[in-house]
Amino acid sequence: MIFVSVARFWRKQVHRYNLIGTYCKECGEYYYPPRNMCPTCRRDGKLESYKFSGNGEIVTYTIIHTAAEGFEHQTPYVLAIVKLDEGPRLTSQIVVEPGEIKIGMRVKPVFRKLGESGNRGMIYYGTKFIPEYE
Amino acid sequence: MSVGIVSYGAYIPRYRIKVENIARVWGDNADILIAGLMVTEKSVPDLDEDTATIAVEAARSAIMRSDIDAQRIGAVYTGSESHPYAVKPTSTIVAEAIGSTPVMTAADFELACKAGTAAIQACMGLVGSDMVDLGLAIGADVSQGAPGDALEYTAAAGGVAYLIGKKKSELVAVIENTYSFTTDIPDFWRREGMSYPEHAGRFTGEPGYFKHVKGAANGLMEMIDTKPSDYDYAVFHQPNGKFPLRVAKMLGFNKEQVKPGLVVSRLGNTYSGSCMMGIAATLDQAEPGDRIFATAFGSGAGGDAFSITVTDRIEDIRNGAPTVEDLLKNPIYMDYAMYAKHKGKIKLI
Ligand SMILES: [Zn+2]
Repeated sequence: MIFVSVARFWRKQVHRYNLIGTYCKECGEYYYPPRNMCPTCRRDGKLESYKFSGNGEIVTYTIIHTAAEGFEHQTPYVLAIVKLDEGPRLTSQIVVEPGEIKIGMRVKPVFRKLGESGNRGMIYYGTKFIPEYE
Repeated sequence: MSVGIVSYGAYIPRYRIKVENIARVWGDNADILIAGLMVTEKSVPDLDEDTATIAVEAARSAIMRSDIDAQRIGAVYTGSESHPYAVKPTSTIVAEAIGSTPVMTAADFELACKAGTAAIQACMGLVGSDMVDLGLAIGADVSQGAPGDALEYTAAAGGVAYLIGKKKSELVAVIENTYSFTTDIPDFWRREGMSYPEHAGRFTGEPGYFKHVKGAANGLMEMIDTKPSDYDYAVFHQPNGKFPLRVAKMLGFNKEQVKPGLVVSRLGNTYSGSCMMGIAATLDQAEPGDRIFATAFGSGAGGDAFSITVTDRIEDIRNGAPTVEDLLKNPIYMDYAMYAKHKGKIKLI
């Protein structure tokens, strides 16, 4: 998911660092990742940049035992769909012991390494989530 | 020069390893080590944590604690001896992640364990001369000791951020003055491309730590005409529990002044974060009007001393972010095998 080109990652870096999406003033809908056009209001939509608090809850999750290249040493780890309090859903790694994860668990954002391109390449940083009680 | 601390924030990874678990692997006597180092356990970064992520978490905590608009920050300086890239700044990552970009200056600092306090001094200069409104100075490290090396027992991970400003109503502590003592000494080094540092054994004590901490501390007290008994708290760089207590005694401070900020026994040596973590733990408990004396040390070598007075505003912001004690609570303990994986001591092919 993240071993894209350096330039492609960089263009989305600010959104990943700070969970910046969009809000439509016309219909009140929030979007993450950010959109250029509101899918509901189309041409009538009034989109503005919006910084999410990052607070939300676990909708569903899966525990990864056989990981993609570059993540092998992190297994087992938790991948989940998080529903932000404003509404949007996103997929993220959850920094939690696999035995502690629960559907409905409240989470908050943390700044972590998302991956790296071997020993010579870039290190990719961004947002993951941890249980709110921590 | 009336500049000071507008806010502060600390970050400590959740994982710990006990000294006894490291000692068992190397066949060392844990009791002797614990008594000698006065360290029982140390923090270990998670697999996806490094100096940049720790610096960001500390910086966000500082911004949250006093609810500061990050766009006011005109300088971001991160001090570390474990920057994730050999070439590419940590401070730009931090600045972007806290939302201070683009109208600002940034640079990474290095002077072993006092890189973070050197960053504080630079921010004091920029703020004091009105070049910037607020400066952010961070000390963060994920330090490495070679497997089996004495440093492995204490090399820990953590970071602390200080927002430096001069608006009187915003200061939680006034930094009355600072004084540095610097010489060139080969007590500790790491060459480009090497994973672990080298150190000159006993050389790190007397001509390194003690000479430079005493040089800076005595120099500052002489310059501003204060004495140890004028201070409620004293914080010294804490590579272990013994050095700060010994240097405090040499300088005329007592144990009670040092203990509130002495966090090394449950945390280990956070290098660039070490003295700054001690100051943060002290600010967590200090009362308005209290005076704090602090001296950082970095191998190579230099000492940075600070004389600090806490203001009434400390009460307003103290609970806005986790305290150092909060961060030390509820650790997850790991064994040596898991620790080796976390610290990349096992090279995956
Ligand atoms: Zn709309």
